Amino acid sequence: MAQANLTDRGAGNFSVHHHPEKWKWYDYFTFNVDHKVIGIQYLVTSFAFYLIGGLMALAMRAELATPNSDLLDPNLYNAFLTNHGTIMIFLWIVPGAIGGFGNYLVPLMIGARDMAFPKLNALAFWVTIPAGALLLGSFFFGGAQAGWTSYPPLSLITANTAQSMWILAIVFAGTSSILGAVNFIITIWKMRVPSMDWDQLPLFCWAILATSILALFSTPVLAAGLVLLLFDINFGTSFFKPDAGGDVVMYQHLFWFYSHPAVYLMILPIFGIMSEVIPVHARKPIFGYKAIAYSSLTICLVGLFVWVHHMFTSGTPPWMRMFFTVSTLIVAVPTGVKIFSWVATLWGGKIRYTSAMLFAIGLLVMFVLGGLSGVTLGTAPVDIHVHDTYYVVAHFHYVLFGGSVFGIYAGFYHWFPKITGHYLNEGLGKLHFVLTFIGTNLTFLPMHQLGLQGMPRRVAMYDPQFQTINQICTFGAFLLGVSVLPFLINAIWSWSRGAKAGGNPWDAKTLEWTTDSPPAIENWEVLPVVTQGPYAYGEEHLTVE
Amino acid sequence: MKQIPAPLWTLTVGVVVTVISFWVGYNHGFLPEQASAQAPLVDDFFNIMMVIGTALFLVVEGAIVYCMIQFRRRKGDDSDGLPIEGNLPLEAFWTAIPAVIVIGLGIYSVQVFQEMGGFSPGGLEHDHGMMIAQAHTGAMGGVSEDTPDTPEARQQLAKAVYGFGASIDNEGRSADLEVNVSGMQYAWIFTYPDTGIVDGELHVPVDADVQLNISAQDVIHSFWVPQFRLKQDAIPGKDTELRFVATKPGTYPVVCAELCGGYHGAMRTQVIVHTPEDFQAWVDQRVAQAPMSVDAIAQNPADLSDSDYLAPYETALGVDARLVAQLSQASADDIINP
Repeated sequence: MAQANLTDRGAGNFSVHHHPEKWKWYDYFTFNVDHKVIGIQYLVTSFAFYLIGGLMALAMRAELATPNSDLLDPNLYNAFLTNHGTIMIFLWIVPGAIGGFGNYLVPLMIGARDMAFPKLNALAFWVTIPAGALLLGSFFFGGAQAGWTSYPPLSLITANTAQSMWILAIVFAGTSSILGAVNFIITIWKMRVPSMDWDQLPLFCWAILATSILALFSTPVLAAGLVLLLFDINFGTSFFKPDAGGDVVMYQHLFWFYSHPAVYLMILPIFGIMSEVIPVHARKPIFGYKAIAYSSLTICLVGLFVWVHHMFTSGTPPWMRMFFTVSTLIVAVPTGVKIFSWVATLWGGKIRYTSAMLFAIGLLVMFVLGGLSGVTLGTAPVDIHVHDTYYVVAHFHYVLFGGSVFGIYAGFYHWFPKITGHYLNEGLGKLHFVLTFIGTNLTFLPMHQLGLQGMPRRVAMYDPQFQTINQICTFGAFLLGVSVLPFLINAIWSWSRGAKAGGNPWDAKTLEWTTDSPPAIENWEVLPVVTQGPYAYGEEHLTVE
Repeated sequence: MKQIPAPLWTLTVGVVVTVISFWVGYNHGFLPEQASAQAPLVDDFFNIMMVIGTALFLVVEGAIVYCMIQFRRRKGDDSDGLPIEGNLPLEAFWTAIPAVIVIGLGIYSVQVFQEMGGFSPGGLEHDHGMMIAQAHTGAMGGVSEDTPDTPEARQQLAKAVYGFGASIDNEGRSADLEVNVSGMQYAWIFTYPDTGIVDGELHVPVDADVQLNISAQDVIHSFWVPQFRLKQDAIPGKDTELRFVATKPGTYPVVCAELCGGYHGAMRTQVIVHTPEDFQAWVDQRVAQAPMSVDAIAQNPADLSDSDYLAPYETALGVDARLVAQLSQASADDIINP
């Protein structure tokens, strides 16, 4: 046995809570402080926003089936592209991956009964609700139309009310992120079960730790930039008004100082999910535990110093363009270490092709391409040509859809039995995977060519020579839209009627599998004791030899 | 332990991957035609990254597919794989190789950037590829005459201009032709200070060193000619420049690449690269054509309403002058009374 429930070492630290045996359905709609309830709240809410953001993308792809602007009003198109990006980042991937999986899993993985600050945790979730409401409500005022980057002066002169609502929404989402980050850092630092050493900490927790440090450093800078923008719009200041001495490029620095690390906020937790899913279903220890853990921290550190690569064509001096070319390229090294380590984990394994594993391998396959196109984009000479084109759109969708979304799906299939006590249906899961994999590549692969050949991003009308490729992308996007259906049906049906899963359905070694599925309200009757590493697969080979 | 493929097998795979990578790198056909002196520099760099990228892609994806087939779970086998937890030499290898590759690419990109003129916007002279503006007694492109001729003043001035300056061959010389480019929702206006020509399209002679002084009237735009591989944002309140040598006569699109409002996608015009004779003919024709345009230049544009100012160029711009004026007026109002 991996872990034995010997003594209840941590029990004395916990005062007696008065809670029911089991949460009722309506408890999930309240200010509940249980990390598992909050995790589920994050997951379900963020998935709902994923569907909303996805519908916006489909509307845009439908518009782009023809070169002319003939379906949507151009301003509505811009509102969709702005809110599609904003929702996918701030209300889907960040809250889904960090808030959802982070909250649900971190205490379970480190043998804690809850997060360090349960009320703060609940607060962090509930401030995302006004964020979502503000974004959706902004459509009554035309919707913010200046892109998710909201560069002034465009953001100062377009749809002022909606733009202000957008800013407040991001400030709410950022607040949630900061509160969550503090909570994760303290929880992982202080609340590991006493028998767990740092080198027995599951890699998902390492990833969440790195993510939280990054969020804590970078999010306040975004908030500062946006508050200045809000003042410019509503209170007559002129921080970013060029005709009154303001500096529009300063905004870009403030924005990207957060928003580039935001990319790592969206991928580091996914890397964590990968490092959990792959060993379990390949039946092998993770290859290079320390390298993976440290590479998360390296990405976190280097990731703070690459933001100007979004501004190579802006008002940036030559030395900046060169410095940030080199720093950006360096990120490829720790990212490569992770990719190679996962491939090496597959090597010599006994791979079980569960839906979770298929999504994880799908991620691996596509992230390689996203990473390579990222290297080309990181160099100033090439970026000058492809900046703000569909090549960039292709790149970041390979990273964020082929990467983050596939990772979240892998996590859903992997931990759904833990969360609900029921398996997801594997047949539907495989159908979901095949449709999503084909749809993703059909939608985003041709976009590389579009951008290289001269199609800018964020346009509702384009040169007719690009029509055929755009139609392939549109077809792929609708396939992606359809691909969600088997998953939705599967999740809703399996939540109560799927095949029953025991406490440890995948025969995994991390601590969350040492309790019931779903876990009791305070996770364990008796806290587990860690006797071996989180990825100690194949031990029988050692005893035999 | 790890299966080590036979050397012959490795060699074959290596040769095949190399051949495919080079073929893909130089035959992908993803880039549009090259029409500027900078384009081949960018393309050579991109192609080299395509070669390296294709090789890495094939090796990593090949390894994944091989693992998926070779190491799949066989029916009835519920045991675990081998407990391999790491391999230090292997990990050092795959940390070092990408590190060497990216450092190499970084150095190469500095060189390409320098050859493109990236280190000398605003007449900034590059000094061993470094960022320090170097005072120099030679003539400097892009510096107006009334500037005090001190190193400090030049440095000051050089700092304030962003973009691409003279390429290495033309360094220290002023451009053959200067054009002021102004971006506005949703049009580009090109003014030729030497001749007073104002146009909605950019006309340049082939093989001439052309300097665009780029500005924006309302929001940020971005001047992009895909066939030139050059792009520079037009930023309200900041001066940017783009210096290039067009190498092939023809007509190429000018695309706005920065989201600038509802009709961003329609903010397009073209650059017409003429032979020197054709260009002179075009200039002569434009200067002779309308005394009216000389009048318009003689007047202070600030005294004209936007629509009067734009009226002569309505056809060239392909937009309704009054509409443009209203749009920019509306924008101005918004800035003043948000």
